[in-house]
Amino acid sequence: MPPRLELSGINKAYPGVIANDNISFSVQPGEIHAVLGENGAGKSTLMKIIYGAISADSGEIRCDGKLIKEHGPAVSRGLGIEMVYQHFALFESISVVENIALSMPDRMNLPALSAEVRTISKKYGLPIDPNALVLSLSMGERQRVEIVRCLLRNPKLLILDEPTSVLTPQAVQILFETLRQLAQEGCSILYISHKLDEVRTLCHTATVLRGGHVTGRVDPSAASASKLARLMVGHELEEVSRPATQKSKKPLFEVRELRLAAANAMDTALQNLNMEVFGGEIVGIAGVAGNGQNELAAAMSGETVNSDPDAILLESRPVAHLDAGQRRDLGFGFIPEERLGRGAIPPYPLSENALLTAHRQGMTTLGFTKRHRAKDFAAQVIRRFRVKANGPDSIASGLSGGNLQKFIVGREIHLSPKVLLVSQPTWGVDVGAAAYIRQTLIDLSRSGKAVIVISEEVEELFEVCDRLYVMSDGKLSQSIDRKTANIEDIGLLMTSGAEYDYRETNIA
Amino acid sequence: MDLFISIFTATVIAATPLIFAALGELIVEKSGVLNLGIEGMMLMGAVFGVWAHFSGMPMTLAILIAIVAGALSSLVFGILALTFMANQYAAGLALAIFGGGVSAFIGRGFGSTPVDAVQPIKIPWLSDLPFLGPLLFQFDPLVYLSLILFVAVSWFLYKSKAGLALRAIGESPESAHAVGYPVIMIRYVAVLFGGAMAGLGGAYLSLVYTPLWVENMTAGRGWIALALVVFAAWRPIRVLLGAWLFGGMTILQLQGQAIGLKIPTELLSALPYIATIVVLVLISRNRMAMVLDFPASLAKPFRPSS
Amino acid sequence: MLRIEALPEPSRTMALAAPLIATGITILISSLFFLSLGFNPIDTLHGFFVQPLMSLNGLSEWLLKASPLIIIACGLAIGFRANVWNIGAEGQLILGAIAATGIGLFAPWQDSVFLLPSMIAGAIMAGMAWAAVPAFLRSRMNTNEILVTLMLTYVATLFLSYLVHGPWRDPAGFNFPQTALLPYKATFSVFDHSYRLNSSIFFAIAAVIITWFFLERSFLGFRMSVGGVAPNAARYAGFRSSTAIWVGLLAGGAAAGLAGVGEVAGPLGQLSAHISPGYGFAAIIVAFVGRLHAVGIVLGGLLLSLLYLGGETVQLQYGLPSAIANIFQGLLLFFLLGGNFLINYRIRRIR
Repeated sequence: MPPRLELSGINKAYPGVIANDNISFSVQPGEIHAVLGENGAGKSTLMKIIYGAISADSGEIRCDGKLIKEHGPAVSRGLGIEMVYQHFALFESISVVENIALSMPDRMNLPALSAEVRTISKKYGLPIDPNALVLSLSMGERQRVEIVRCLLRNPKLLILDEPTSVLTPQAVQILFETLRQLAQEGCSILYISHKLDEVRTLCHTATVLRGGHVTGRVDPSAASASKLARLMVGHELEEVSRPATQKSKKPLFEVRELRLAAANAMDTALQNLNMEVFGGEIVGIAGVAGNGQNELAAAMSGETVNSDPDAILLESRPVAHLDAGQRRDLGFGFIPEERLGRGAIPPYPLSENALLTAHRQGMTTLGFTKRHRAKDFAAQVIRRFRVKANGPDSIASGLSGGNLQKFIVGREIHLSPKVLLVSQPTWGVDVGAAAYIRQTLIDLSRSGKAVIVISEEVEELFEVCDRLYVMSDGKLSQSIDRKTANIEDIGLLMTSGAEYDYRETNIA
Repeated sequence: MDLFISIFTATVIAATPLIFAALGELIVEKSGVLNLGIEGMMLMGAVFGVWAHFSGMPMTLAILIAIVAGALSSLVFGILALTFMANQYAAGLALAIFGGGVSAFIGRGFGSTPVDAVQPIKIPWLSDLPFLGPLLFQFDPLVYLSLILFVAVSWFLYKSKAGLALRAIGESPESAHAVGYPVIMIRYVAVLFGGAMAGLGGAYLSLVYTPLWVENMTAGRGWIALALVVFAAWRPIRVLLGAWLFGGMTILQLQGQAIGLKIPTELLSALPYIATIVVLVLISRNRMAMVLDFPASLAKPFRPSS
Repeated sequence: MLRIEALPEPSRTMALAAPLIATGITILISSLFFLSLGFNPIDTLHGFFVQPLMSLNGLSEWLLKASPLIIIACGLAIGFRANVWNIGAEGQLILGAIAATGIGLFAPWQDSVFLLPSMIAGAIMAGMAWAAVPAFLRSRMNTNEILVTLMLTYVATLFLSYLVHGPWRDPAGFNFPQTALLPYKATFSVFDHSYRLNSSIFFAIAAVIITWFFLERSFLGFRMSVGGVAPNAARYAGFRSSTAIWVGLLAGGAAAGLAGVGEVAGPLGQLSAHISPGYGFAAIIVAFVGRLHAVGIVLGGLLLSLLYLGGETVQLQYGLPSAIANIFQGLLLFFLLGGNFLINYRIRRIR
């Protein structure tokens, strides 16, 4: 029997970066095949090429032994290749069943399709309400919609791109059950991930990518974690060092009974949040995507202004009514999860990106900018934080993700804030830069500052934080000391809202 | 009673070009594209309709020519906005100016020669009904066409799969591309439809309503149509009601002049524009209700990843 | 097969070349256009683009028409940089002209040296007031400013028409829809009595210099540009969008009002129903042709002004409607917008 999928010599280059370099491997029917690699290793590009959403520069793709010539998503679906995107391809303003209808070839018959959706979701343990509007669904539920949408088409090959980032540890186990059931029925699964333990639990074989090319093919359950890591990263992982710390007497930053109504149907309302952060410590906020972390970050940073000044205190001073600029004047710093377009202005040089938040450092007189000051500042950040860039005149969008993140982190730390909030510090950042950024945050806290880290990666929080809060469905848990916590307990807290959903949305 | 009938019928007629143009723009905007050039496309339709008529073509053909003229002018916008990803505001404005110039140039010889206007149709029995006959069944065929097109557009948007896809593209072209829809091509079709409808609206002005060619004869109706779509919060039924409201205002103001109201006519003429602003303010305060109807990707350039 | 690729950084060469290419193609198409009408394209192009500049009077008219375009475009560019789309400068110009005429004709201080300065101040404030309506509605009620500015332009036009047909009509004016002529002290002085070019040209020069400093050197200008390029980054940094909305709209309104007084107290000398041949709309094109940059706006204004003059010339000489200037304006903007594409993307042939 020919392999279900066979890649030979796939190449894809973008200006300035080779995303895929001569990639070849094959997937057998009924095999769960992992594509393992760090952020930026070229996994997502490769999957989109397999699916036909983007075209390779060269190389061949065979499905069941037949060469695919003119490729495209429609061709894929004709062949039984289905893909669950990392960022879901769902439309929020229409219902689940309408979303599914849009990707079915037949004429639209919503009642019949709803019945099919119910059947499939029962069979694979993926409860969803076909008539719900997508905008009312949690990220986990949206993923179920995506998977059901694929399953309705009887796929022969199912591609999942980092599916667990939106799931609680418990929901991950349920997903794995579904995938194993599918594989037993003969469906091949391509499982893209950067998480070693998941791949080792689930997958039969793994292809490891680094820097766009294949660095190894292994049996993940047999290979040691350190061997996999070495293949992924190219060297041994560096441990961050977390020296002992002296907490300040009074908290530098407090959130008191913060409430915030959802601005629109896609947002999560914040319900009575309480939190305090002392100087000298790093506090983490864990949680599955879409449980109110973005709203909380905006409320803390001042991008969303609150009418009750006392909901947020900076050095015991009410600041919740102040905007982001005014909070920065008082010593607050913020690194958002989106680099391009929020933390940095893509088409502008680094010097003007320095001006964005560092203008308070004497970069203006009488309303005019002192451009040499901005350049000096940018040059200092580039030097101090080892940003790979051709000086302060480099355009922000021309930097790699890791380097731009280093610049933004560097810019904010160089401003020596008293309290620094960081959201997803290492998203889309290569391993080396990620370790460096984590260490930098720890060092900042050890100099007596308060650091708050919001992350969806519990492992990351365990690595850097002294204390943790868990966010679920717009609520914050009690403070948890990292030393006494374990990942399973945190997972349960993350689930409290989502798990509830899971049981309640049982299908009729 | 006769006054009521005449005000009602005049309102419906005044609203008809707005209905055509605004229904077209509704489809364009639902696909996530904002074409500000309606005024230019209407003028192109108006002048080419008159040109075809004066060239001796039958009325149906003249109207078809106007539709094609509107669609072709929108194609210019489409190429810029969709293929070249130009700023849609600027491209639409350029089309408005360009259409004004081209139509003035083409219509330079038409003077104010009147057109043999499209006549009302006689519907057997219905047109002869007392009261209801003159009220509802003595319009020209294009008025009925505008209602048919309203039903068609509503059905398309909310009952057909293609309409669902169009709305989906307007919300998130990225997702639509990922699911496998040819976003750019579908947007081209929407833009062309918008141009065709604007051309039809223009033809209604020059071949039925006025009926003759006057330079810049749309007199801002293209912009009103644009405002109507916003006024309607992207719902076809409200486009229809809004168009009648605007048509009614125009007529009331004309009637006001006729019966010698002491208010200066210019100030009365300004009322529809002021009303649009008021309505705009009212709907933009109520954003929650709009979330489901507003095409979230409106006026944002989209490039499929390759 | 052709493929579109985003350039890693905007091409600086193309940024300079694109407007030139667009102008070149526009000229090429217009000559084909004249050719198709049976005119010698060289002669007509000469009539369109060269002849107006061959006399001192032509040069005077060229600068005279360029001046309001440049002034308004400067004001608009400030807003456009911040994604504030004021397309109602025409109405703001009309309000400025009305205010200036009102002061010039009816102010009690007719003999004061402050008559003209008070007209200028009044015009600027009237333009700003007209622009303040959309600014208020956008910043407070989130109402789309494009539609509001446009609607207000129609309202302004009708208001002007009402004034010149009604209360302000010159009783000794043979029923023409126009006001009495402004007194001498209420007009800008001309440099030479044979030509219409007057001292209001200095306002254009000042507007360009101020705009350049504001956009390229001031911190507020930077904040507004950030709001236009990356609104989330502006919110992240705490730059208020309401500031950008107010400054953007008021700058456009002030500039348009200033252009309005420049017209009535300059070449026109009185208020009439048609005080602007669409300067407020053409200035939008000028702002885009100039790539929202002060120096570019000067060039764009001179180019568009030449198109107006050329339209008049060919109207006189060849009996073509002056509206064809609009065709060329539209074409120019089309090609310019298309050309911008080449700054950020390249088209590559693959395989």
